[in-house]
Amino acid sequence: MMELLQTLEQTGQNLLGPLWLPLWTLIKIVVIVAPIMGSVAYLTLAERKILGFMQVRPGPNRVGYWGLLQPLADGIKLLLKEIIIPSSANKFLFVAAPVLALMPALAAWAVVPFGDGMELANVNAGLLYILAMTSLGVYGIIIAGWASNSKYAFLGALRSAAQIISYELAMGFALVCVLLAAQSMNLGDIVRGQSHGYGLLGWYFIPLFPMFVVYFIAGVAETNRAPFDLAEDEATIVAGFHTEYSGMGFALFFLAEYANMILIAALSSVMFLGGWLPPINIAPFNMIPGLFWMLGKMSFMLFLFLWFRATFPRYRYDQLMRLGWKVFIPLTLVWLVVVAAWMQTPLWLW
Amino acid sequence: MISFETIVFYLLAALSVFAAVRVITARNPVHAALFLVLAFCGMAGIWLLLEAEFLAMTLILVYVGAVMVLFLFVVMMLDIDLVQLREGFWRWFPFGVALAAVMVFEMVWVLGNNRTAETGTALVKHDADYSNVKELGRLIYTDYVFPFELAAVLLLIAIVAAIALTLRRRKDSKTQNVAQQVAVKRADRIRIVKVPAEKRGE
Repeated sequence: MMELLQTLEQTGQNLLGPLWLPLWTLIKIVVIVAPIMGSVAYLTLAERKILGFMQVRPGPNRVGYWGLLQPLADGIKLLLKEIIIPSSANKFLFVAAPVLALMPALAAWAVVPFGDGMELANVNAGLLYILAMTSLGVYGIIIAGWASNSKYAFLGALRSAAQIISYELAMGFALVCVLLAAQSMNLGDIVRGQSHGYGLLGWYFIPLFPMFVVYFIAGVAETNRAPFDLAEDEATIVAGFHTEYSGMGFALFFLAEYANMILIAALSSVMFLGGWLPPINIAPFNMIPGLFWMLGKMSFMLFLFLWFRATFPRYRYDQLMRLGWKVFIPLTLVWLVVVAAWMQTPLWLW
Repeated sequence: MISFETIVFYLLAALSVFAAVRVITARNPVHAALFLVLAFCGMAGIWLLLEAEFLAMTLILVYVGAVMVLFLFVVMMLDIDLVQLREGFWRWFPFGVALAAVMVFEMVWVLGNNRTAETGTALVKHDADYSNVKELGRLIYTDYVFPFELAAVLLLIAIVAAIALTLRRRKDSKTQNVAQQVAVKRADRIRIVKVPAEKRGE
């Protein structure tokens, strides 16, 4: 497999010269983005099926065997629907907002390693890049809320802005703990830093367990998922920031939300669950390609997202703010000091 | 032959200048704030070209991702009367021009001076594995530790001042005691009553 790729790269280099690099990068982008889009489509089906089973009902089962064609049907429906732009909306920003929501959700994938060396860009400041990109996602929501010129959309956007800012701090501090432990901001090196010891025990979720929990919950809040989906709280503000969107505009917000979920799942696997490393580093387990372990861990984290949604009632807004500012931020700050001190002692085994 | 980097530089520079001009000419304050975001993005790109990836990412993370979001948050909620805003424009115009002139003079003086900013020397290229973040951290916490801590103290004072200015306790606020809520037991809230079964129709 690796030799095949190398010969391919060599032939391409010989044939096209300087044009090869952009073309090869483009191919790699397609190879990353196309499966993400496919996963988004089938994640919606998985969500509806799992929610269905948890609520003792079958979930979608009419379109295709076991409802397997449901995502396609939904996609076609959204594509063919009329796009309605409210007459008093700011047209340019109204159309640009869904694009701005999806763009950072996809751009962040550039540095995510799927296996040893399997990444689009090996960036030294990868962790910073991820933080920067995920912090941009809020613009799509704010601009959508403002450009719609509707009070429900606007309230949703304000809620979302305040929520994302609050949880980003906790998320950032949790990641600082990871970079402290790994002594690197390169995502590949962070995974390699977890390869000491016997598989599972070397992963950072053990010394950084509180940070793992904080990171994942903050991730749920950042992606506006239940129980933190105050930005689209249908009980009080219709559909929040995307009240006025229909057809493809709505679909793009949907895609962005699910792409962000998958991203958070991938990042928590990379930073706390050893990325592509096998859980037990002996014969039958370490012969399975790393990509499968990575995808397995991502699937587990995604299942947690769905499980949360089926289990917890929606937070009240003041509870949400309290959790972010009064629980998570002090906790992460304390753990940062604990990890920094712990690393100076011989008791640090990672 | 212009190198690829030069082309990228001019594109980003043009974008930044355009966005910066639009920040002050845009009529709608929300548009102005969004153009400021665009200007920050352009500058982050230029800093990336200078291999200052830490600064570029931090610019995006802090200014675009947090500061400007709060800015937009406030600006969007304002009900701005443009006529009222434009009142007295010409009265304050000379003052603004004077301030701008001072700023331009300062920047030219600092950046064009060999003592304060190295000019004329070529950019030092580093290998791909060179970590700019590590070097920056080392410098901040060794050579420049006092200025750095001083800046931190200044920020702390700003935080304390901002909180002291805005914190007002209302007597009628209905805050909940969360510890009390969490500690609540089943017996505190419900009482099981035995209701004897009745026959229908009695």
